[in-house]
Amino acid sequence: MTVATDATRGPLLGVEHLTTVFDTARGAVAAVDDVTFEIGAGETLGLVGESGSGKSVTALSIMRLVERPGRIAGGRLLFKNRDLMTLDEREMQRVRGADIALVFQEPMTALNPVFTIGDQIGETLLVHGLATKRESRRRAVELLEAVRIPDAAARATDYPHQLSGGMRQRVMIAIALACKPSLVIADEPTTALDVTIQAQILDLLREMRSAFGLAILLITHDLGIVAEMADRVAVMYAGRIVETGPVRDILRSPKHPYTRGLLASIPSGTRGQRLTAIEGTVPLLGHLPSGCAFHPRCPDRFDPCTVSPPPDFAVGTGRLTKCYLHDTAKVAAGR
Amino acid sequence: MPLVEVSHLVKHFTRGGGLLREASLVKAVDDVSFSIDAGETFGLVGESGSGKTTTGRCMLRLVEPTSGEVRFKDENILAFARARMRTARRDMQIVFQDPYSSLNPRMRVRETVEEPLIIHRIGSREERRHRVEELFRVVGLDPAHLERYPHQFSGGQRQRVGLARALALNPSFIILDEPVSALDVSVQAQVVNLLMDLQQQLKLTYLFIAHDLRLVEHICSRVAVMYLGRIVEIGSATAIFSSPQHPYTRALLSAVPVTDPDAPRKRIQLDPASVDRLASLKEIASDHFAAI
Repeated sequence: MTVATDATRGPLLGVEHLTTVFDTARGAVAAVDDVTFEIGAGETLGLVGESGSGKSVTALSIMRLVERPGRIAGGRLLFKNRDLMTLDEREMQRVRGADIALVFQEPMTALNPVFTIGDQIGETLLVHGLATKRESRRRAVELLEAVRIPDAAARATDYPHQLSGGMRQRVMIAIALACKPSLVIADEPTTALDVTIQAQILDLLREMRSAFGLAILLITHDLGIVAEMADRVAVMYAGRIVETGPVRDILRSPKHPYTRGLLASIPSGTRGQRLTAIEGTVPLLGHLPSGCAFHPRCPDRFDPCTVSPPPDFAVGTGRLTKCYLHDTAKVAAGR
Repeated sequence: MPLVEVSHLVKHFTRGGGLLREASLVKAVDDVSFSIDAGETFGLVGESGSGKTTTGRCMLRLVEPTSGEVRFKDENILAFARARMRTARRDMQIVFQDPYSSLNPRMRVRETVEEPLIIHRIGSREERRHRVEELFRVVGLDPAHLERYPHQFSGGQRQRVGLARALALNPSFIILDEPVSALDVSVQAQVVNLLMDLQQQLKLTYLFIAHDLRLVEHICSRVAVMYLGRIVEIGSATAIFSSPQHPYTRALLSAVPVTDPDAPRKRIQLDPASVDRLASLKEIASDHFAAI
């Protein structure tokens, strides 16, 4: 245990009022709208949402990798008490990979097909000046061993196409861990994989988390994965975090109708019975409904929901939800 | 009597083969047999490369099987000549996984749904128009959107268009190949409910090909588990999910993430050495067989 320095006090990452917009012909539309959350050192936060919810754009924003026509329009990204928004591109590049690493869904597109996997891991170390050419070879093999790739020395000379999907994702994790980051952002890391391979990758992430003391921002659409991996969960819908809190509390007693709907739509119970579906579809960016973006699909909507977007309401220890059902004054007035 | 009976189905592909390399034989489907009763939903489960999709395609002869028999309404359709097969296909349809790539992007959805009627020369123009509108309503789409293109629909709506097309010729049997896995979680349940409603209303028989075991458990009455081209376990869904016998089935079931934060988690790893590739299916209990 090392003595806590200033840099380790407070959360490891504090995202405050992050807003990322895309400039379109019809003006700027917010893909991430006033998003605030924290991740403590060694903590795993599950960021849950469907396609278009803004969860991946949140990840790219933290890395400041959003490309035109997208741009970060506001907010702060406090990492180890430093606002990443104030860094110049060179400083930011030192943070990427070395302090915060990203693992993508599709390892085949994230890996370079014309370099061996050993070279690609080694390159990460070279770029960050953490190894000489010779050392980087040896470290690459060590990392491949760490992520449980059998016969690592021989595999280091393989090209990505020679590996299975699961093995490629292990290589991605090895690259992510190469510079000993304190935060790994994993964006749907197992979505492209078979369920037994997914289980192995989740086991590996769990193992790496305790071995390296990693904090993980785990982006997924699968509440089962959240239940298995996360300490806390943030549920995103249409660019906003609609509910956040400890994973057990949220899965046991969800407070937002969207979270409730997601949990209820998972098949369980009596065979052949109709599932409890959420009606309607996820709104498109730039065509968000007024007020709470979920209101057209919400079984519990009432007057205030269509008027203005709900603020956060505290609904228990460390729990917030953006839903007027928890505004006692409005609920009383609505009766 | 079963509606569909697959016996000793085999599909071999040759892979590679060139100037310097000898071609290798891939046994994608390796002696697969099962039968589906009229009105039931039969689940075919397995991971990528297990041969479940190839099995489905062989059953409609979208891929020509190497050998075996596929009996539909007690006739071996593998023996049918082209014209006969074309007529038979009216009664056997398939819905694909990806509603983004399985619909022709240049065709209005009305044309997509109408096309099978035109190909099979059914009805006058006016009758076809009515039929397409009716189909749209059956799958829960607004007939006002008939002239739209696929990109103007969401994923869930596109899958409904695919379903309307599959239903156009009044089939009795539909192969559903991962019909909801490309859809958002909140939309999956809607499409699953629709599939169950249609089955009731139209007396459909389904072959449900999927990797989502939670879903298979929910909607299938009987299930076959495929591993490396073979069925390693088959039986009633209750038997398979409550007492899996084959090491692969056990590993597969234990790998499914559950949303209950307090559920006991015991991951069973598959030791490939524990799988006897040559074992034949043995009866474990009534309507439950495993290759152990």
